[in-house]
Amino acid sequence: MAQTAADVSSRAPRKGKIEVDRPPGGARRGMALAFMAPALLLLGAFVIYPSIDTLFQSVQESDGTYIWERSFAGFDNYAAMTDNREIRTAIKNNAIWVATAPAIITGLGLIFAILTERVRYSTAIKIIVFMPMAISFLATGVIWRVMYDPDPKLGFLNGAIKSVVDVASPPGSIPEAVPPPNTNLSKTKGGSVISSDEYQPGDTALLGLTAIAEGSVPEDAIQAAEPDVPGDAVGAVVWRDFKPGGGEAGVVEEGELGLPGIEVQLLGPDGSIVGTAITEPDGSLMFADVGEGPFNAQVSSSNFEKGFTGISWFKESLVTPAIIGAFCWMWAGFAVVVIGAGLAALPRDVLEAARVDGATEWQTFRHVTLPLLAPVLGVVFVTMVINVLKIFDIVLITAPGSVQDDANVIALEMYRTAFTSRLYGLGSAIAVLLFILVIPIMFLNIRRFRRTS
Amino acid sequence: MLKLRLRFGILVMVVALIAAACGGDDPLAEDGGDEEPQGSGEIDVAAIWTGPEQANFEAVLDAFTDATGVETNYVSTGDDVGAYLGTQIEGGNPPDVALLPQPGLLRDLAGNGSLTAANDDVAGALEENFAPIWTELGSHESTLYGVYFKVANKSTWWYNTAVLDSAGVEPPATWDEMLETAGTVNSSGVPWVSMGGADGWTLTDWFENIYIQTAGVEGYDQLTTHEIPWTDESVITALETFGQLVSDEANLAGGVKGALQTDFVTSVTKVFSDSPEAATVYEGDFVGGVISAETGATLGEDADVFNFPQINDAPPSIIGGGDVAVALSDDESAQQLLEFLASPEAAEVWASAGGFTSANQNLDTSVYPDDITARSAEAVASAEVFRFDLSDLQPAAFGGTVGKGLFLRFQDFLKNPGDPEAIAEALEKDAAKAFN
Repeated sequence: MAQTAADVSSRAPRKGKIEVDRPPGGARRGMALAFMAPALLLLGAFVIYPSIDTLFQSVQESDGTYIWERSFAGFDNYAAMTDNREIRTAIKNNAIWVATAPAIITGLGLIFAILTERVRYSTAIKIIVFMPMAISFLATGVIWRVMYDPDPKLGFLNGAIKSVVDVASPPGSIPEAVPPPNTNLSKTKGGSVISSDEYQPGDTALLGLTAIAEGSVPEDAIQAAEPDVPGDAVGAVVWRDFKPGGGEAGVVEEGELGLPGIEVQLLGPDGSIVGTAITEPDGSLMFADVGEGPFNAQVSSSNFEKGFTGISWFKESLVTPAIIGAFCWMWAGFAVVVIGAGLAALPRDVLEAARVDGATEWQTFRHVTLPLLAPVLGVVFVTMVINVLKIFDIVLITAPGSVQDDANVIALEMYRTAFTSRLYGLGSAIAVLLFILVIPIMFLNIRRFRRTS
Repeated sequence: MLKLRLRFGILVMVVALIAAACGGDDPLAEDGGDEEPQGSGEIDVAAIWTGPEQANFEAVLDAFTDATGVETNYVSTGDDVGAYLGTQIEGGNPPDVALLPQPGLLRDLAGNGSLTAANDDVAGALEENFAPIWTELGSHESTLYGVYFKVANKSTWWYNTAVLDSAGVEPPATWDEMLETAGTVNSSGVPWVSMGGADGWTLTDWFENIYIQTAGVEGYDQLTTHEIPWTDESVITALETFGQLVSDEANLAGGVKGALQTDFVTSVTKVFSDSPEAATVYEGDFVGGVISAETGATLGEDADVFNFPQINDAPPSIIGGGDVAVALSDDESAQQLLEFLASPEAAEVWASAGGFTSANQNLDTSVYPDDITARSAEAVASAEVFRFDLSDLQPAAFGGTVGKGLFLRFQDFLKNPGDPEAIAEALEKDAAKAFN
């Protein structure tokens, strides 16, 4: 009985598994290898061989039109890298990316996950937040290039800001107008257009302006005309001082339209404002009963208010933060979903115990939830760091050509150097640099996998 | 039982994967066959064109087949013609004829012996139909290799006729006239010119058109090969001339900021939209294609062209580009194609379809679909001075990469046109590195 039991137990099936006749050890390993062979082949051909070849390429001369023209160059390429302004910018930018993007995304993910945890339509909200992940980096880049457009008429962000700001400080009616060159008119620091002449009662101030598009002149404008000025009044006329061919500056000519609705201020002998008036459809107005001169007249600055002209999101200092913003928009959903799953998997009894013990929500969060979530947060953070180190297409697409230099990142620099500038050796050296930078993170990741498994 | 089924499934998947990997089309190897014997009657032709351009070129190839009976097989190379041909040549399987979009490639390929010299029939056809400069341009070290089939005129300045009319001005003929006209148009409320400075290559075209006139042809050739440095006086003069236009922000649509953040296509649509933001835009004859595709303006009516203004009484000079047909194999049929491409019949097929200009002097310009293309083509065919785009002839790291070299430095110049010396020095530093 015992003998049979021993016999049986050595070949006994393990608990819970379905037994199949297994071949002996060596053949089993051979079969495993045979099944793995295609995958190993692909890995070798598309990952291992190119990696080693890149290493070889990085110590070759960068010259030649074709990638296989090689001549040994030692560590010249690596030396060239240290001196290279573009690579230094790229490394600096990558550092900014690594320092900000993963933290922001993890933080945003955590906040969203907590807020939507116990809300009724949490799945719907998570879907909406996750949707940007469904599109490629390239599509994201295109979308945000348009969103960030500096022209308020085209860019969504600037348009939205403009509609808010314009309510508070509305733009003037002729923001682009300037006094014509070689006349007595000039623009003051305060933004008004003033004449260098002086006016006595009975005079008319000629305040002609140019650089006004024909289509910008208000509908009710008619041919400009000087007003009939009685002896005790000062008149003024503000008009579009341009006719085909230019015309004579400072003279009201046939074919030149007046500018209605413009505010003109009359300045007294001491420079203070003694009168304000608005122009008629023919551009004229009159300050009646003015008293003793001499006077001056100015087109007040409110007419020239440019209003909000748009934040230049793509200027050197803002372009990297702008692209990081686009990247976070895309990946926050990933963090929300993963952290949400982590939250859902938290043991409820621990939280209940904490609450029963009298901890506030905030204390529960800080001392119970966060530590329990730490592994999940770690996963999200490390994934984002790896993603951000090799960031490429979103920078290529979102940044316009004139700031690509300032938004440069290592992967983009490698692409430019190797494939556009055709300097394969230097490009390979940059690839090796990127590889070296990623190694510590991969090491961390692998250690974490080992620990959890 | 479950495990068996799983194993079987995996086995099937693996077999399928291997089958897919071994069989099926490998797009890189698609070049239609092995080496053909002399005068084979069938040739492979490679060019960069896709879409409508490909359709038009294939019509030209069909005309060739009709005329000679030689069959053709068109292959598109993708954007990087140099890389594609390089792979094919290394593999021992180059196409019989290739159309190269950069003259630098002709130099490189001829230099490493990948091209077959053109025969006497081809040379004769060129002499009969083209100005002598085209034989020169198609040669490398005095041996003729190629026929310039398609050319581009990059000295065309496009303008919105309505804006110029309401400003009451005529298109300017000289640079000084242009500056004055610009002032008048600015006063009419529309900035003079729209620049696509975000795309650095547009700025290099500006510089080249100015430089060839201020420095002359000899200076242009010397700068192209870096015989003279970028810190040479002639470069400073050209930059100063350019500065006369760009230092007055009123001339530029959106000012300097607008110029630097506008890409090429937007710079064209700005001029020809319903409420134009600029009166003119300068770039090559391909602007016409953009106008037709992206705006509602009609070529010849709403949009018209004037030649790049003359500077300092320089002779009429055209900067341009071109696609040159070269033979990469010994096949006699390849030479027949080159000869055909030099004929007015070949040019007419594509010219009448639009989007194409030929330097062929025997082509009747009335076949062009619009007056503007006809005038632009005539300018090229009769040009006294024709030179290729200088930036196309530079090493790619200096002359062809976004954010580096020429592209970057001219953008820097726009930001600060008052210091041409600094820009020239930066240019020379970049050039020295690239030419090493």
